[in-house]
This record gives sequence, structure tokens and C-alpha cells, in this order.
Amino acid sequence: MNIAVALRLMPNPGDELEVDPDGTDIDRDLVEMMVNDWDDQALEEAVLVKEATGATVTAVGLRGDGVEQALRTAFARGADRIVLVDAGELNPYDSRTAASAFAQAFRQLTPDLILTGVQTPTDLFGQTAPLVAAELGWPQANVVVGVEVVDGSTHVKQEYAGGKLAVLALELPAVVGVQSASSPPRYVSMARLRQATSEASMETLSVDVSSSPRSEIVSIARPEKAAHAKMLEGDAAEVASQIAAVLREQGALVG
Amino acid sequence: MGDVLVYTEPTGNTESLLALARPLAQAAGGEVIALRAGAGAGESDGLAGADVVLEVSHPSLSSYLPEAHQAALTAAIKARQPDLVLLENTTAGYDLAAACAELADLPFVGYCQQVSLEGGQAQTASGIYGGQLVANARTQLPAVCAINSTALHDHAPAAGRGEHAELTPPDELEHLRTKFVEEIAPPEEAGVDLAKAERIVCVGRGIGGAENIPVAQDLAEALDAALAASRPVIDSGWLPKVHQVGKSGAHVKPKLYLTLGVSGAPEHIEGMQGAELIVAINTDPGAAIFNIAHYGAVADLFDVADEMTQLVGG
Repeated sequence: MNIAVALRLMPNPGDELEVDPDGTDIDRDLVEMMVNDWDDQALEEAVLVKEATGATVTAVGLRGDGVEQALRTAFARGADRIVLVDAGELNPYDSRTAASAFAQAFRQLTPDLILTGVQTPTDLFGQTAPLVAAELGWPQANVVVGVEVVDGSTHVKQEYAGGKLAVLALELPAVVGVQSASSPPRYVSMARLRQATSEASMETLSVDVSSSPRSEIVSIARPEKAAHAKMLEGDAAEVASQIAAVLREQGALVG
Repeated sequence: MGDVLVYTEPTGNTESLLALARPLAQAAGGEVIALRAGAGAGESDGLAGADVVLEVSHPSLSSYLPEAHQAALTAAIKARQPDLVLLENTTAGYDLAAACAELADLPFVGYCQQVSLEGGQAQTASGIYGGQLVANARTQLPAVCAINSTALHDHAPAAGRGEHAELTPPDELEHLRTKFVEEIAPPEEAGVDLAKAERIVCVGRGIGGAENIPVAQDLAEALDAALAASRPVIDSGWLPKVHQVGKSGAHVKPKLYLTLGVSGAPEHIEGMQGAELIVAINTDPGAAIFNIAHYGAVADLFDVADEMTQLVGG
């Protein structure tokens, strides 16, 4: 049983985003790239399945700033193999081409199960899981909150509006988009990370993708504000007392 | 040609999605087609806004299976050749929209808050980076767009022609590799019912860790409020799932919704935008939560929470 995890990157959620002078991308010099939140959940779920079944986990990333560190971290977290895919220079918003690069890599790596995050914050041109599944012709389920392997198929818990859940059985090979892992991503110590960095052997493979986008980003901007909060100024005590006054005025306090 | 094909779901914002489709179909010179995939003889509720209700009936479409609905929608796209395909960004939207675009060889745009058609192109505005930025894109038609649920509230239903049509179930439905196993009940916790709470204190990623939850818990107790959280807090295991508000958690309409360190991603806003009074504390002045909050402060949530707990709890 081989599980592959597709890892993409996102800006650190703590970083403030600025639009670049072109107006069609964020200023990437100002942000630190890290593993996309949801892909991190997918990695954790893959490692949980590995612990339950003895499967092998291969973490796969596309060449780009920060991806090698992300792959080494995946190794420290329990991935058995890490694979860096060279697909040339990719437009960071062209998730279609990125998914195509992943699909080609998976054709070479022949996993039984592919896990990736439900979305990345930038993928307005398509999520990885459905695109990879469509390209490979495999069954898929997205927005999944638990994965098990049962008698050659995978049982996934799919989540719907309002937290409703259903279990679906997908024949392998299959692609699953993970919303959250069955338990939170494990903590990895700096010592373990350093050790992993020296132990991990990064495999590489090349794929050839062509891009003929029929969509283009005209501009990226801060949202136009239909409305904006009335901002309360002052130090914490002043802010707190203004909020308390608003709550009292609007009848939002008890009694 | 010129038609707008709308994938409908029994639990989705169907009326609003059909209403949004109406001016687009007019602009493209076509009709609004509502696809209903089910086990047959279903309800037509909410489909009055369609000119054509396109029915695909097959036993495998009775419960939601991504593979089956993907085959049905792809078959509908190929049969009807619409200019535009619309889905809501629900679980089905996440499953189907991009996959069907790939299978029908069409471009796809997700997270749409606005769509207009002009000169054979779709102009869209999509919320990206968790709603912090908007990407305005231009896409060649025909195309597939997934619409954020937050953009599907203020559209009034418009009556359509209401013709019924049948689509032959695609062959793929006879040999699916996906099976429905069972529905399972969402987790519960005694005493936590966010939907009924009149006051809610909600913590976001800014709370920083499970060890800081008591700061918010104290304020919630002082306000006689329920404690809620956004997705990153739940996914990190800092609070149990039953506390989640948003797309995949509770949908709430309390009198007071006070957020501490919540950025305001669209998935969160979907669950709480109906709150009567929203007050937001965040250190980032650009946080999207301030665009929906009535009152806000750029401040350290711990300092403000402590001060407030003393003020209202004393």
C-alpha cells in the first residue's frame, strides 16, 4: 500500500500580504512560504493510515521557494520518501498546470492512494484533488475528515454543510482531498527536524507540462469594502470599556 | 449556446444560484438550465427560477456520491454545451466543479463573489488568501464557475419557463467505483449548542494555542456567552469540533458575536454573517473580519479579553 501526499505551499498566515507593483500577484519578497494548512492535514492523515496499516508514505512537492524545507519537514513527520518534482517555472496561480504536473508525477510513482488538502488559498483556477483525479481517471472525494483503508478500498468520512457526515467507500486507486486529519498534525521538535534534514534523501523527477491558460488574472486588490467596522481606538482598557458600552447600549449584555 | 447550466443540490442555496444565473443567461442570449441529479421523481422545490429543469435519474444518484454526480454533470455539459456552468462552493462544488471542467475541457474559476459576461468572456471577482485579497479574472467562455456561498444571499428568485427535460444517465453510472456506506452523526458535547446561543465569543488562529483558551473561556463566562472557534483552532486540536462555527460547523445568528483573533475567511463568515452585533478584535488592520464586523479594534486580544472580563464579570 503506497500513499502519496501532494504538498503545495502558501504564505505564512501571520504574514501581511501586499500587492506587487504589477497588481497581479502578491509581493513574494515579503512573505515566508510554508506548507498549505490543508496539505499539512493530508500529510498527518497519511501518516495515521501508515501507522494503522504499515503503508508507505511519499510526500511530493513541486519545485519552488520553500518546497525543499517543506518536504524535509514531511520526512520528519513520518513520510518514508520525499520527491521533488521539477515542472519548470509555474505561475503560482495556475493550479491547473500544477495539478497536471502532480498527475504526471503520480503516473511515475504509481501510488494506491493520493491525499492532498481540500484547497489552497490561491487556487482560484481549481483544487488539486479533483483536477488530479479527473486527469488520472480515478474516483475522488473532497472535504474529507477521516481516511481508513479497508479490504483494498478506502473509507472516507466526507463532510457537508453544517458538519453533517457520511462514509463513502472508494475503490483504489483513488484521490482524497482532506479538510482535517483524524487528529491534529503532530509537533516535530527542532532536534528531530535537524536530524531529518541530515537523514532525508530527496528524490527528484522531471515532468513536462504545457500551459495554455484560458483564464488570466487582471488584477489583485484588497476587497472593496461594502461596509467597515467602526474602529475603536485606545489602549486595551479603553477598547474594552468602549466595547462594554456598545454591548450595554445594544442590549447585548445579560440582565 | 448562450445557456447557463446550474448544478443544483437539495440542501444548497439553489434559488439564489438560479437568480444569479438569470442575468448571465440574458447577457449570453440563452436560458437558465437547472440540472437535478437524483434517483427520480424528486421534488422541484426551489427550481422555479429555471427555464429548463434537466433531470437525470438513476438509482446511484440517490445519495450523494462524487463519482456519480461528476458523471451526471459532465454528461449534462456535453449534451447541452452551455456557455457557463455554475455550482455553489459546497462540498459538491469542491468535488465536482474543477473535475467536470477538466473532463469537459473547460476553464474553471473558483471562489467567485461576482460574475458577469461580456464579449464572450466571464469577468469574475474571487476571494483568495482567505478573503484577504480579491482576484479579478477574465476567462474565455464556455467556462465553469464555483460561487462562494457568502455571495448567494441577496438574490431574489426570478421565475423561469419551467420546462422539464430528461437526460439519459451516462454509462459510467453502471460501473461506479464509489459506494455509499452510511451517514454518521456529527459529534456532540453536552451543554454546547451554538445555534441556540444568544451570545458567542469566538476564537481564531490568533489565540495561539490550547493553553490560551482559558482567556477566552473566562470572557465567555463573564458575558454568559458560548465559546466558539474558527477552523484553524479546531484543526489544531485546541478545541473540540463541536465548537466550530463556519461552512463545516455551526451556522449561528446570535445577538452578540465577539471574535478574538479571527481573520474572517469566507468559510467562517458563511456561518456567522447573520449575527446581530459583531465585534472583532484582531492585530491585523487588514483582517477581512473588519469588513463584516460592526465594531472592531486593532489590539492584542489577550489584553482586551482580560480587561473586558474584569469589566463585565465584576
